[in-house]
Amino acid sequence: MAELTRADVAHLAALARIELSDHELETMVGELGIILESVATVQNAPIADVEPMSHPMPLVNVTRPDVRRPSLTAQQALAGAPEQDQQRFSVPRILEQD
Amino acid sequence: MTNELITSSASELAARLAAGEISSVEVTQAHLERTAQVDPAIHAYLHVDAEGALAAARAVDARRAAGDQLSVLAGVPIAVKDVMTATGMPTTCGSKILQGWVPPYESTVVTRIKAAGMPILGKTNMDEFAMGSSTEHSAYGPTRNPWDLERIPGGSGGGSSSVLASFQAPLATGTDTGGSIRQPAAVTGTVGTKPTYGGVSRYGLVALASSLDQAGPCGRTVLDTALLHEVMAGHDPMDSTSINAPVPAVVEAARRADVSGMRIGIVRELTGSGFQAGVQQRFDEAVQHLRDAGAEVVEVSCPSFTYALAAYYLILPSEASSNLAKFDAMRFGLRVLPEGIGDPSAEQVMAATRDAGFGDEVKRRIILGTYALSSGYYDAYYGSAQKVRRLIADDFAAAFERADVLVSPTAPTTAFRFGDKLDDPMAMYLNDIATIPANLAGVPGMSLPSGLAPEDGLPVGFQILAPAMQDQRLYAVGAALEARLLHAWGAPLLACAPTLNAVGQEA
Repeated sequence: MAELTRADVAHLAALARIELSDHELETMVGELGIILESVATVQNAPIADVEPMSHPMPLVNVTRPDVRRPSLTAQQALAGAPEQDQQRFSVPRILEQD
Repeated sequence: MTNELITSSASELAARLAAGEISSVEVTQAHLERTAQVDPAIHAYLHVDAEGALAAARAVDARRAAGDQLSVLAGVPIAVKDVMTATGMPTTCGSKILQGWVPPYESTVVTRIKAAGMPILGKTNMDEFAMGSSTEHSAYGPTRNPWDLERIPGGSGGGSSSVLASFQAPLATGTDTGGSIRQPAAVTGTVGTKPTYGGVSRYGLVALASSLDQAGPCGRTVLDTALLHEVMAGHDPMDSTSINAPVPAVVEAARRADVSGMRIGIVRELTGSGFQAGVQQRFDEAVQHLRDAGAEVVEVSCPSFTYALAAYYLILPSEASSNLAKFDAMRFGLRVLPEGIGDPSAEQVMAATRDAGFGDEVKRRIILGTYALSSGYYDAYYGSAQKVRRLIADDFAAAFERADVLVSPTAPTTAFRFGDKLDDPMAMYLNDIATIPANLAGVPGMSLPSGLAPEDGLPVGFQILAPAMQDQRLYAVGAALEARLLHAWGAPLLACAPTLNAVGQEA
């Protein structure tokens, strides 16, 4: 099993969009190592020819008639927005500055 | 504590309300007063909605006076776990990232509770996003166990278990992803059911792990829990995993309380070593009660359960890392700007917000899930866990060939002290060792009190598991056991709990 390094955890945190402090990173490397060692035991189970199970029951696609039904107003949808502008969610820049 | 309005069961209250002997306003007021007295010490509620609860109580009293046809639990107040959205009050999931968020929509469960005429007293505390077994991971501080204020009330639904055990509400709701209804019930001497997966709508509940999450009822008696089960359950077109079939006849089963001729299977892997002596002792006595009540007891083996905890702690973080991606500081919830960066990007704002808004356990599980799902490791971790999940479901299927229900202690120990397991995530995870298999397979489970452990005088939980869509069997067995234990004890177990005085200290 691969050992998790501090660089690995920093990379995972970046993928998960969590800015960890140096102290948090340090703690997390140790804790995740212990947890991973424990959960890796799934690989010891007799699973060679076993069909993976993603869900407790067979999933079927569910559709509804294509008719309008009541939904949130723009005002309701924006009610929890950290920032809004002209009836839109206002977000920080999404492109790199040039 | 002499006020019988707060010590009565929900079914007794319902009967007296229906008979016109008491009003919903009186019952609701009595519970709100109790909360004002004891909750400063217990901290079971994150939000109390006195005004809303009393308005709902007045409305249902008026409907009753007008002769309207009302639901059985009409007028009986209830506490709602803070993972369930309800309009008009905040939903925080015990997280700073949702502090003060008032949802613009409402969960089906809460809508059904309101439609049943049940006043909602408030929202109960929980481990952040339901990740934990102690409420120590709530961003708003832990809830205390009414049996011993220095001990945990279970988790994640420790707020709901504590409102029941401290008589602040006769009923409460919970959600159970790996034991969050059953383990809190076990350590507080209360009852809780995780229905069959899909039995209760997940619409409007903040998702932890969608293939494991199931909402369910919490009460102080098996019948009360069944009555609430019927209010919460049933098909919902708003949840594509909701089962489109009649709700199992849980109330009828609880009233019949009959186990004669039933085959009860003890799960070998969920007893014995690893379980506290007093927990095992009360379990063995409960099994004897069921034998005396006419059930046949057999032993079954579920060898794959040994791997359940490991599979769960791969599947849950994987699903959680994906579900919690929606907390991105853009549309709702907290937004924190990174320090020292002028004109930060959306990505930088997201990362700063998620660092500030999530607690340690949430970060740990998101990062674990991100790892388990990442390219190159997927097959070894998440893929293997999904195969183990199949083995566990197969073990259940084989066991239910030999037994109508399976039983075990709900949790390996009684309530532990705050801080005991906080710095050791694996030790914390082990609390759910007996409850997790049911979530992986989607089968229903119940915990009810089976006594106090002799060594520490704290409640012990007895777990019953049934095949999918056979939830009524939980109630038949639970009610039969409860009746025999009540007869043996002479009073409900909670009568042994310390009396909480006006400032909430143990008297």
